[in-house]
Amino acid sequence: MSKTYYTKKHEWIMVEDGVGTIGITDHAQEQLGDIVFVELPDPGLDVEQGDEACVVESVKAASEVYAPISGEVVEANEALGDNAALVNESAEADAWFIKIKLSNTDELEELMDKAGYEEFVESES
Amino acid sequence: MSDQQGDTPLKHTPLYDFHNKLDAKMVPFAGYEMPLQYPLGVLKEHLHVREKAGLFDVSHMGQAFLIPADGEFKTAAHALETLAPGNFVALKAGRQRYSQLLNDEGGVLDDLMVTRLGMEGHEHWVYVVVNAACKTRDFALIEKSMPDNVEMKILDDMALVALQGPKAVDVLAGFAPQVADMAFMSSLDLPVVVDGNEMWMHVSRSGYTGEDGFELAIKSKDVETFWRALEAHPDVEAIGLGARDSLRLEAGLCLYGHDIDETTTPIESNLTWSIGKRRRENGGFPGADKIFAQLKDGPARKLVGIRPEGRAPAREGTKVFSTDGAETGIITSGGYGPSVGGPVAMGYVSTQHSEAGTMLELEVRGKRLSALVQPLPFVAHNFYRKKK
Repeated sequence: MSKTYYTKKHEWIMVEDGVGTIGITDHAQEQLGDIVFVELPDPGLDVEQGDEACVVESVKAASEVYAPISGEVVEANEALGDNAALVNESAEADAWFIKIKLSNTDELEELMDKAGYEEFVESES
Repeated sequence: MSDQQGDTPLKHTPLYDFHNKLDAKMVPFAGYEMPLQYPLGVLKEHLHVREKAGLFDVSHMGQAFLIPADGEFKTAAHALETLAPGNFVALKAGRQRYSQLLNDEGGVLDDLMVTRLGMEGHEHWVYVVVNAACKTRDFALIEKSMPDNVEMKILDDMALVALQGPKAVDVLAGFAPQVADMAFMSSLDLPVVVDGNEMWMHVSRSGYTGEDGFELAIKSKDVETFWRALEAHPDVEAIGLGARDSLRLEAGLCLYGHDIDETTTPIESNLTWSIGKRRRENGGFPGADKIFAQLKDGPARKLVGIRPEGRAPAREGTKVFSTDGAETGIITSGGYGPSVGGPVAMGYVSTQHSEAGTMLELEVRGKRLSALVQPLPFVAHNFYRKKK
């Protein structure tokens, strides 16, 4: 049984069996515009919640993607290497960035559910 | 967006309401609220200009006439030559020239377009276009340099739009057939009838994309009517500042405040071609000694095209190193080139590392990435050349 959480920095994390699949939200890709490059960490890297984990570059600017939770990076989505534009097409499914093995599941309590995130986006605009 | 400076309210161009109607993403730029992109997005807007035609609002730029009361073009041209190294005195009626206002060190205060009007009875008039961010200072400087019998008239009631791309000529010729055969860097003043409204435009065959195209100065009150009519053409899309920047970068054209500024000379930034031959011999412009020395001995650094080898863009401010690890320069413009299909950049490097093909290293987020010095432009210019 998986569950998806959202951050105020516009990342999503789908947790299943102690592993979180992480990406940026559809709202985030819309704000960034055409994505031309994604920099991903190598598997094996340990990250703390809030660390800069990936970089996503649009035509105009670079933006950081932060780790929503702490843990070890176990996989990076290699499909983004050749096709960063996939983030614009499928931000919340095919264009996931990394998978992290959670080291502290308590951290998930600080994150929002889908309804909470939608409310947050609404309040930001 | 977080780059808004100070509390000064942002200014609007005459097309501001119209951009909002087009659902543009508006951002602060040079004191104005300007369209960064339209719903099409930067990438598609860029490619559309290279393939068809794009319409840009550049009304934030400063426009002015210099009008000599003695009816002599040279009165104004000579005065302008005390500020900039262009050979303005030699301008024929209806011709346009790119130049730079210089400081006493040969640094660039701003770059500008200088046109001698071609319209009968107005051939002694000079029309200048300067950058938005510098216009207040530029106009003060220009006014101060002019003799008492030259009036400077700032054109606050004029909008400026650019129509750029290989189809621009066909689109504009639908309103004014005379433009079809205009030479590159020439201008015309002519009436056009748009939706039954007669309006005047000053049109020049020039631009900032590397493509064929036109820049059109139109009265503010008429510009929305004209914009709508041009945009109604199936080949035309509205294009924002985002694509304007990637288009000019691929074309190797300098952006003031980034690639050129008060600390860079036109020799260092490969703008030597814009300094008239007579001016190189006789001087008489600010910083001439420094410019002459650089012409004679070569500058210590040069602005070059830089092509990062991977997919990662190298942005403005990225440090540049030679392959032996020594710092050799800095990137002044960098991003993704949609027509190139990869990252492109311009920056200053020591002259010894400026040859095309030289390997460089770029420091991006703590990592060293390989790059090559590449001749500019990245995308060949497609300016109009008259058939002989």
